[in-house]
Formats: sequence, C-alpha cells, structure tokens
Amino acid sequence: MANKILAVLEQREGQLKRSAFETVGMAAKLASELNLEVEAVVTGNEISNINDIGSYGISKVIHLKNPDFENYSSSGYRDAVTDYANESDADYLLLANTSMGKDLAPLLGVKLNAGCIMDCVNIDVSSGNLIATRPVYAGKALIDVKPKSAKIVITIRPNVFKPVPGGSSSPQIEVREISSPNLQTRVVEFKKAEGKLDVAEADIIVSGGRGMKGPEHFDLIEELADLLGGAVGASRPVVDAGWRPHSEQVGQTGKTVSPSLYIACAISGAIQHLAGMSSSKYIVAINKDKEAPIFSVADYGIAGDVFEVLPALIEEIKKIKA
Amino acid sequence: MKIAVCVSHVPDTATKVKVSSDGVSIDPTGVTYIINPYDEYAVEEALSTKEKLGNNSEVVVISVGSDKSKETIRKALAMGADSGVLLKDDNPRDSFAVAKALSEEIKAQGCELVFCGKQSVDYDNTITGQLVAEMLGYSCIPVIVEFNLEGNKITAEREIEGGREIVETVLPAVLTAQKGLNEPRYASLRGIMTAKKKTIEEKPAADAESLTEVLKMHLPPPKKAGRILGTDSSAVPELVSLLREEAKVL
Ligand SMILES: Cc1cc2nc3c(=O)[nH]c(=O)nc-3n(C[C@@H](O)[C@H](O)[C@H](O)COP(=O)(O)OP(=O)(O)OC[C@H]3O[C@@H](n4cnc5c(N)ncnc54)[C@H](O)[C@@H]3O)c2cc1C
Ligand SMILES: Cc1cc2nc3c(=O)[nH]c(=O)nc-3n(C[C@H](O)[C@H](O)[C@H](O)COP(=O)(O)OP(=O)(O)OC[C@H]3O[C@@H](n4cnc5c(N)ncnc54)[C@H](O)[C@@H]3O)c2cc1C
Repeated sequence: MANKILAVLEQREGQLKRSAFETVGMAAKLASELNLEVEAVVTGNEISNINDIGSYGISKVIHLKNPDFENYSSSGYRDAVTDYANESDADYLLLANTSMGKDLAPLLGVKLNAGCIMDCVNIDVSSGNLIATRPVYAGKALIDVKPKSAKIVITIRPNVFKPVPGGSSSPQIEVREISSPNLQTRVVEFKKAEGKLDVAEADIIVSGGRGMKGPEHFDLIEELADLLGGAVGASRPVVDAGWRPHSEQVGQTGKTVSPSLYIACAISGAIQHLAGMSSSKYIVAINKDKEAPIFSVADYGIAGDVFEVLPALIEEIKKIKA
Repeated sequence: MKIAVCVSHVPDTATKVKVSSDGVSIDPTGVTYIINPYDEYAVEEALSTKEKLGNNSEVVVISVGSDKSKETIRKALAMGADSGVLLKDDNPRDSFAVAKALSEEIKAQGCELVFCGKQSVDYDNTITGQLVAEMLGYSCIPVIVEFNLEGNKITAEREIEGGREIVETVLPAVLTAQKGLNEPRYASLRGIMTAKKKTIEEKPAADAESLTEVLKMHLPPPKKAGRILGTDSSAVPELVSLLREEAKVL
C-alpha cells in the first residue's frame, strides 16, 4: 500500500529552481488526491529559499546537507536520497525532468527497484491508480503508462505544471548532516553560458532559422528575446553552420521546449523542428513563404519578410514596455 | 580494454507517426528504421578511444531487439566496430528490462567502458545508460560533449541548463553521448564490405521484467491552423495586441 510521496528537489548554486517548486506543487496535489503523506527532500549545502517550499504545499522538508553538496555529485546525491527514501519508505519519488533529474531518477530507480516514468505531462489518479502520460517520438505521440513495480520514480516536464503559491506557512525543516559523502562522480566546475537564459527553461523563445541568412542577423533575434525576457532558439542548419551554439537547437535532436510563446523566424517547420516545439502554448511564425509548414502549427502568422517584420515587431514591443 | 557501445534501432526522425491496431505502439508500415542518431556519436567516441588506447583494445556493439536490429549493428560494424551482439527479444520491454539485458552482456564480455546515446529517439526515456551503469555498479556521466580518459580517470563535460558541467569520475564507467561530442565518421566502402563478413552473435536477451506498462498510445490533439494576419509589418500591431489580449502571453 502506497503511503508516501517524496518530492526530490533540485538546487543549483544554493537556490531551489523554479522546476523544484513545480515538483512540490505536483507532489502536494497528488498526495491530497491519493490521501498520502508528502515530504520534500533536497540535497545541498546552504539553500537560501528553502522556506518557500511551505507556500507551495509541503510542510515537511528534509535537507541533506554537506559542504561538498554545493555542487552536484550523482553518486553523492544518489546515496543520500536513497538512504532517506528507504528510511521513510516512500513509494513515489517525484523529480523534475531537468538535466539533474534525468541523471538521478534512473540511479534511484535501480537502487529502489522502482520503474521510471520520465518526462510526464499529465498524471491522472482519478481511478485511484496512477496513470502518467508522457510524449514519445519527440511528441509526435503520447503514451499512458502505469507502474508495475511497488515503488516508482516519476519525472515531470518543466514548465508544464505551473505551481500556485498559496499561504505563506513556513515548513518544518529537518537538517541532516551527511558525513563523508560518496564523491566518486562529481562536478568539479560549472561553466556558465554568459548570462543567457536556457531555451529549455525559458517561458518565451524567439527562434531563428536558415532564412536569417547569416549569424550577424541574429542580433534581431537576440534583441527581441531580450526585450521579452526570453531565450534565443535556433533550427538545426543554423547550428550546423556554426551561426549559433548547439545548446540553442530546438527539435528532435536538440531540445524539446514548451514555452508560453514561441516565435519562429524564417524557420520552415520541418517535422524534426516541429517535434521539439509544437507543444508550446502559443506559436507565432514569420516566414515569407505562406505555404511553409510552420504555419500549420502557428496560432498567428505573418507571411512576410523577416527583415522587414522583425524590426517593426521590436519597435512595437518597445512601445508597450515603455 | 574492451569497450561496449549500446545501439538502438529506431524509426527515422522524419517518420509520420500512426498508432498501430494494438493501440500501444506505432504502426511500422512504411517506416524506415535507422541507427539512433545519438548512438552514432557513441560509436564514434568508442572507435576514437580505441584508436588512442592502441592495439589490444576492441569495440563491441550490442543491441536489444528483433532480427531487424541487425541492420543497425551492421552500420556500427561498417564504421569500424570489431564485433556485434544481438540480444534477441521480439517482445517490447521497458528501459529497465532493456538495461538489464545489456548489463548482463556487458558483464559477461568484461567491458569496462561503455558508450550509449543520451536518448533513443523512439521512447525518449533518456535513462538506459544510467540504468546500465547502476545495475553494474559503474560510474556514469550522461549527456557528454567532451570526453577525456587518462589511466582510469575520466573527465567529461556535460551539457545542462544554462551551461556546462565538468565532471570527474573513474572507470569502469558508462557515458552517454550528446550531439557535439564528435563528428561521426562515414563508413568506408571497405568498412561496409568487411562488416558484411563479420558475424553478429545472436543470443536470447536475459529475462527481465518491465517495471512499467504502456496502456495506450494516442496522438496529440491536432493544432487548429492559425491565422495569417498579413504579409508585412503592417500586421505587427494586430499581432502584438492579440498576444496581449487573446493569448495573454505578453
Ligand atoms: C513494439 C515496441 C514496444 C515498445 N514498448 C516499450 C515500452 O512499453 N516502454 C518503453 O520504455 N520502451 C518500449 N519500447 C522501446 C524499447 O524497447 C527501447 O529499446 C528501450 O526502452 C529504449 O528506449 P528508451 O527511450 O528507454 O531509451 P533511452 O533511455 O532514451 O536510450 C538511451 C540509450 O540507451 C541505449 N539503448 C536504448 N535502447 C537500446 C536497445 N534496445 N539496445 C541497445 N541499446 C539501447 C542507446 O545507446 C540509447 O541511445 C518498445 C519498442 C518496441 C519496438
Ligand atoms: C536525423 C535528423 C534530425 C534533425 N533534427 C533537427 C532538429 O533537432 N531541429 C531542427 O530544427 N531540424 C532538425 N533536422 C533538420 C530538418 O529536417 C530541417 O532541415 C530543418 O529544421 C530546417 O531548418 P530551417 O527551417 O531553419 O531551414 P529551411 O528549411 O531552409 O527554411 C528556411 C525558411 O526561411 C524562410 N525564409 C527565407 N528567407 C526569408 C525571409 N527573408 N523572411 C522570411 N522568411 C524567410 C523560407 O521560406 C524557409 O521556410 C533534422 C534532420 C534529420 C535528418
């Protein structure tokens, strides 16, 4: 019998990430629907915003603490979380499907003999049993999956479950000092991409394709992205040509994104590109070819020259931001 | 050193997905299958590591699947891998059961270094390499774009949100390959000819139970075609007001 849900939260540089609060919100919701206990566990050193967990619905937080946990260590985090999961006998572990979540979830799965359901975009417990829905074939299809093992590890796609802060209750925080963690595999350095927001985490993405004609014209894309507080994305030929870094590639062999707004500039909308972005809430396409397949997924389109439309769009946005 | 590469046989990324009559998988009619794109980077990294390590190293390619997966094994052999193993199972398995079969074989072969792709572009779980590592008690660094081996010490760079992590670990280990790690070589004509002559060892995949079950596959609701607002910048004010008032995203 299932008794407890454990939300396994991610911190980086001493801060819980937005996806961590999405995980808290989802865990709290599932717990109330299934009538289970719920706790959060976070591995790290000092964590500045740990108290915020309370307002997203979890009142008990276990902080697995060690100075060496400031940076991620898959072996160290795995062992610390496994020990706690075993002690608390949790049946469901919930993580965000981030780089860290994708690394840690399967390691925990093997340790706990729990199946893994990754990258869920819906979790339905209305029948009393848990059924998770996740995209396959880069979102061209979805599957409904049920666990067969007694314990289960689930990751949820970032940006899909928007957490709603309620009240402002402070959670009960139990700090556990972890002595001599297993640092066999550990991050020794983090090279930050200069102040740029990552496409996978952005709520607004402005993406440019081959029709931008050259790297110098991405100034327009960057300016619009900056104005909107969003990130720059790119199609594969743009990355292959070296105009933009691979970390910005959207699509089947790049990143899968689901922002609130995706603006595709001079991108044709090949099936591999659509696979990475068609679950965006709103899609805008600017393309001079009105037959381009991108228009079949766009909510709003302008069938014109990107070099004429983008500057005007930038001016219009400046006006409303002023 | 013996290096293993795990490869999956997947539908071409241009495939239009239709659900098969069983209701839980895709209809394979007319679908072309290829080596999983990320696994090409894995094969390349294994081959170039072998070349650096010298003569007494070898690369073995392993796949879990039906007879059809031999095509993908053959592709890796043509690139230069030394031998291939098909762990045969005609029934679907989840990543856990796939990883179980792979790890048994890797153990039997005594491979200390294992390369996988970061993701199989069919089920997109992104976990098989990590599962294999954990089942074997090996270290693991997923999603790498740079790899360095010195003695038994590994330094790798992996791509994460907002930057790159430099990660250190030790052999034995499993690494999963991300685009950017290398440029996969083309199979030479000679490679293709020799690959035809190499035998692919076939054995039943180790028994293992799936820990998850697919109840249903369905297609996402079709997006209703949107509106083309105009053909030049005169449509911009309307676009911005729709984004603010209708979509409420600005
Ligand atoms: C008819 C059918 C039904 C299926 N049903 C399911 C299902 O119910 N649940 C499910 O999870 N999967 C299912 N699969 C896919 C499954 O068999 C996959 O091979 C396996 O699960 C890997 O997909 P993944 O997304 O987990 O891989 P990932 O974890 O994304 O793969 C990462 C890497 O692991 C390696 N790898 C993955 N698969 C294999 C393999 N088969 N052989 C060798 N190396 C491999 C590759 O290096 C790959 O790049 C089904 C496949 C078929 C054909
Ligand atoms: C295995 C595999 C994996 C792939 N993975 C990915 C992936 O992850 N992501 C991805 O994006 N692609 C991927 N692709 C490539 C994909 O098939 C397409 O080739 C690619 O998406 C096309 O990029 P594009 O739209 O920028 O370029 P194009 O298709 O060349 O389109 C350029 C567009 O710009 C428009 N245009 C030109 N000039 C102007 C102008 N002045 N004003 C307005 N519009 C203009 C044109 O009308 C055209 O529609 C993959 C392919 C394969 C085989």
